[in-house]
Amino acid sequence: MRHCFAYGDIRQRMNMVAGLQIAGSGTPAVARPAPAAERDLRLDLFRGIALWLIFLDHIPENILNWFTIRNYGFSDATEIFIFISGYTAAFVYGRAMRERGFLVASARILRRAWQIYVAHIFLFTIFMAEIAYVAATFDNPLYAEEMRILDFLKQPDVTIFEALILKFKPVNMDVLPLYIILLLLFPPVLFVLIRQPAFALAGSALVYVLTWSFDFNLPAYPNGVWFFNPFAWQLLFVFGAWCALGGAQRLSAVLHSRTTLAVAICYMVFAFAITLTWYVEPLNRFVPSWLSEWMYPIDKTNLDVLRFAHFLALAAVTVRFVSRDWQGLKSPILRPAIVCGQHSLEIFCLGVFLAFAGQFIISEYSGGPLIQVAISVAGILIMIATANLISWYKVIEGRSPSARVKQPDADLAGGEA
Amino acid sequence: MTLLVTILAAVALIDGAVAATPQPSCDVPQSFLSSDYELTHAASEVKTRQHLTISVIGTGSSSLPGPDGVRFAYPAQLEQALQKDLPGITVKVTAHVAPRATTAEMAKGLEQILADDKPSLVIWQAGTADAISSVDQEEFHSSLDEGVSTIQNAGADVILMNMQYSPRTEAMMDVTNYADVMRFVAQQHSALLFDRLGIMRNWNDSGAFDLYTATKNYDMARRVHECIGRALAAQIIGTSHLDAMKMQTTR
Repeated sequence: MRHCFAYGDIRQRMNMVAGLQIAGSGTPAVARPAPAAERDLRLDLFRGIALWLIFLDHIPENILNWFTIRNYGFSDATEIFIFISGYTAAFVYGRAMRERGFLVASARILRRAWQIYVAHIFLFTIFMAEIAYVAATFDNPLYAEEMRILDFLKQPDVTIFEALILKFKPVNMDVLPLYIILLLLFPPVLFVLIRQPAFALAGSALVYVLTWSFDFNLPAYPNGVWFFNPFAWQLLFVFGAWCALGGAQRLSAVLHSRTTLAVAICYMVFAFAITLTWYVEPLNRFVPSWLSEWMYPIDKTNLDVLRFAHFLALAAVTVRFVSRDWQGLKSPILRPAIVCGQHSLEIFCLGVFLAFAGQFIISEYSGGPLIQVAISVAGILIMIATANLISWYKVIEGRSPSARVKQPDADLAGGEA
Repeated sequence: MTLLVTILAAVALIDGAVAATPQPSCDVPQSFLSSDYELTHAASEVKTRQHLTISVIGTGSSSLPGPDGVRFAYPAQLEQALQKDLPGITVKVTAHVAPRATTAEMAKGLEQILADDKPSLVIWQAGTADAISSVDQEEFHSSLDEGVSTIQNAGADVILMNMQYSPRTEAMMDVTNYADVMRFVAQQHSALLFDRLGIMRNWNDSGAFDLYTATKNYDMARRVHECIGRALAAQIIGTSHLDAMKMQTTR
């Protein structure tokens, strides 16, 4: 399954601005004492959970896949991620842009894009190693046709070059390239978002509509187009950014109305019912043909409106029931997900790698359900341990909130938005 | 000498024991084979003309490599199974295998095949070549859509067959999205889907076949094709309501 990841750690950055209201303060963040002195842990929590779901979805043979949200509605963890990433990017770089200007903020955004590019190429190397191993060890006349997928090993020059220019993207490695493009285009978008948020959001929606009308997308190698069309998915990213820069507050009346809640719940129930018909074939006959004519295919590449709406419904219900000062956010039970969400670039990459490794183990040892569960649990534990290790590094390097010494460029060294 | 004889006898015994062990069954759960849709053209050809003419159109996985690959591949196995189940009916299965053809390329050749074979049923195996060369899914969708219309307009039933379940290459190509498109197109056209992907996964899970096995040997590949041919025959007979005829003629 497809996935996505989000920006890295924003913890120290956020802590520097602790005391400033995070969500929904439309005014410049400078020197506005906020009622809530804590950062919005909900962002980290849901990003962390989405990271786990993405990891589980990436292991094709996994009974735990049945617990991931894509089986219960139209949208999946990808939407959560792109949205939260847009939100945190606007929060962190928006502040940088206001305080230090367009040039500095843009430079930092582009450096972040570069880091993600390097991470992507690193994952690509691991993927190539796995492919080469399969090509060298696996043979079966039954799969003469399928083995042709390995043909690109015969042309490493072309393949590697196409990967470097982000045209060749192996399965499940589409999200980082989407991210890179979104970040490359983010400086001017952010510039407008800060000054004319409504105008920026309308522009983003217009690009989305034009994409649907004229089929814009980027070309892929050896054929086709990008699996995650950046021109469509930017809508979710910009919407997240818009929410971070005051949009959420503007929406708060809508978010708290009973009508919104009712509509959102109805839509989620509808999406669940439809999803059920994908897995329980006989239920298909209850879907009227005019509905399926209109509804299908639900296009992930171009972020189908039904998916976007499903994400909005999920978000509306979540915001309604999980308030930012909910005590549960401080409980040790949710801590592991929050820590993972705070180091999302690292944990995302680790998750992709662990999914490769887990799948490799399953195919080498023909793993049954027990092995699948063991691998899934072990993978999530490794993700949690690594996230804690990264936090610990930040402590010993004096970049953590607990370190009293504030380094002026602290956020530049490690994770940013 | 005695020793040699003993060893030979022992080997023969073990051999016999192995041969006697029943192969795990490759039966397919009925849910994979039943459908809301019917093969009306095939049924009427059988009933009115005592013929069943089938064209199989597909890529590499509709055949087996090697000189006698075709003889052991599922189209030939299907013909045998149908012939056995429908005595008195002349069953003819013609396979048109274009190893690397994408669905768009196969769609171009459809009219010629329909004109030559005059089938009452077309089994169209697709998706694998498209997934390998990552053909744009919208393009895949429209090629399949137009192709199915062409076949239906020519007065033949359609069974769409999706890709093989191939666990070793699963991480390298995304077949599920293409399989979803095929399911969708089949539904839109009230055509049948032979869910080879699901059926083979079911065999792998039930232990009927270990599809992770690396081997140069053809035995397993042939048996898989035989089982696919039999499952296809069962689906065709069930969905064209020829069970009754099968009962009648075998009684």
